Amino acid sequence: MSRLYVARDARVAARSLDGEMMIMSGRDSTLFTLNRTATILWQAADGITPLDEIVDREICADFDVDPDVALEDAEALARDLAAHEILKISDQPITLKNAGETQ
Amino acid sequence: MSHLLQEVVAKAQKLNVPLNVHLDLTYRCNERCVHCYLDHDDHGEMTTAEIKHLLEEMADAGVFILTLSGGEIFVRKDLFEILEHARKLMFCVKLKTNAVLIREREAKRLKELAVESVQISIYSHRPEVHDAITLLPGSFKRSLDAIRLLKSHGMKVIIGNVLMTQNMHDYPSLRALAAEMGAECTIDPTITPMMDGNRAPLSLGVSNSALQEVFRDKSLVGNVEEFCAMPAQAGEDDLEATPCSAGHTACYVSPYGDVFPCVQFPLPTGNVRRQRFVDIWRHSDQMKEVRSIRLKDLPTCSHCTHVANCTRCPGLAFMEGNMRGPSTQDCEKSFARTGAPSANMLAKRRAAPNLVQIRTLPAMAQVSA
Repeated sequence: MSRLYVARDARVAARSLDGEMMIMSGRDSTLFTLNRTATILWQAADGITPLDEIVDREICADFDVDPDVALEDAEALARDLAAHEILKISDQPITLKNAGETQ
Repeated sequence: MSHLLQEVVAKAQKLNVPLNVHLDLTYRCNERCVHCYLDHDDHGEMTTAEIKHLLEEMADAGVFILTLSGGEIFVRKDLFEILEHARKLMFCVKLKTNAVLIREREAKRLKELAVESVQISIYSHRPEVHDAITLLPGSFKRSLDAIRLLKSHGMKVIIGNVLMTQNMHDYPSLRALAAEMGAECTIDPTITPMMDGNRAPLSLGVSNSALQEVFRDKSLVGNVEEFCAMPAQAGEDDLEATPCSAGHTACYVSPYGDVFPCVQFPLPTGNVRRQRFVDIWRHSDQMKEVRSIRLKDLPTCSHCTHVANCTRCPGLAFMEGNMRGPSTQDCEKSFARTGAPSANMLAKRRAAPNLVQIRTLPAMAQVSA
């Protein structure tokens, strides 16, 4: 099975409020908030580390959760956020860019 | 405001986080709008490095929405360097501009930087009226060209229109023009005194009868009956509410680094050139005082019929002499909306000396006889 890479979309605005991310879509200014677990994934989404490694390192190490279930949930979340253009997903590493940098 | 945004704002207020900052980059401007509250000189604006450092401090403090305004922001040659830094720090960036200096290159770059929205001041659908307000010949055409360019790049554009005696009847056609261009349109009848306290611009404000007309325009307010209804009596919860977001989740920073609760609330609370932004926000005595005020603490307004529904601006009240006092402009708005005089208006009527004496003037009586 191919690995999934995740990277924060450069067009969003984001800020942590009490450990939870507020994220505004760059597409249509829709506001999202992420819970603490989703926030951990978001912050680790550097485009280089595969999602399974992020889940293993950031989630399974700190939470009492079945690794397969955690990865399944994380993939579902990543695909959901990608549908809102908040996160980019790929089966190849993604170069993380700031807004305005040449894509 | 969406339910989620309300939740976020409530949480930020509880945690004392400045969610929303309005930063003026300059007071210099290429227009000379007749109602403007600023002088247009440079008294020592923050440098690029100072602004970038401030942005980092604001991001650390939790600021999410950053409104960059002026003056005219595009007269700063480092605007895009500032914008790039702001977006690197992942602020939601909103701009306020007259757009006269926006061409293809600027429009394209704003889109690339994922600026959330651009608010552009347009005062009429008629070029001669707009240009007579900005005092810059040709400004209407240049601003409209910029709006079309920004829209062609898929940007969100909001036309900001201030209602004055000069343009009072133009807003329906301006709204139609905005819709045709795919832009939103906001209308604000508030004229602000100048920052030095000069109240001369207030004479440009629309009359009470004109305000009544605006508040009864269904296309603006929706359900007129509901909008103009007499307010229900305020409950305890209403009186425990804070007057507005100024000093609670929002503040203003001038081009010189002075921090105020709001752009319309010129109470100095500190300067970011000498103090950390977050220290001013959290520890300034003035911010704490503003933050401590609840509607029940307002000596006149807490007893007013309108207290729970009023748009009372504590900054305008401050400019009238007392941040806990009424803001006469907002009293007039409440009156125009509902027909019920505010507690402030009633108190002024009681206090006014009787200057009119009605008696027969013998000479006049003889003439008419």
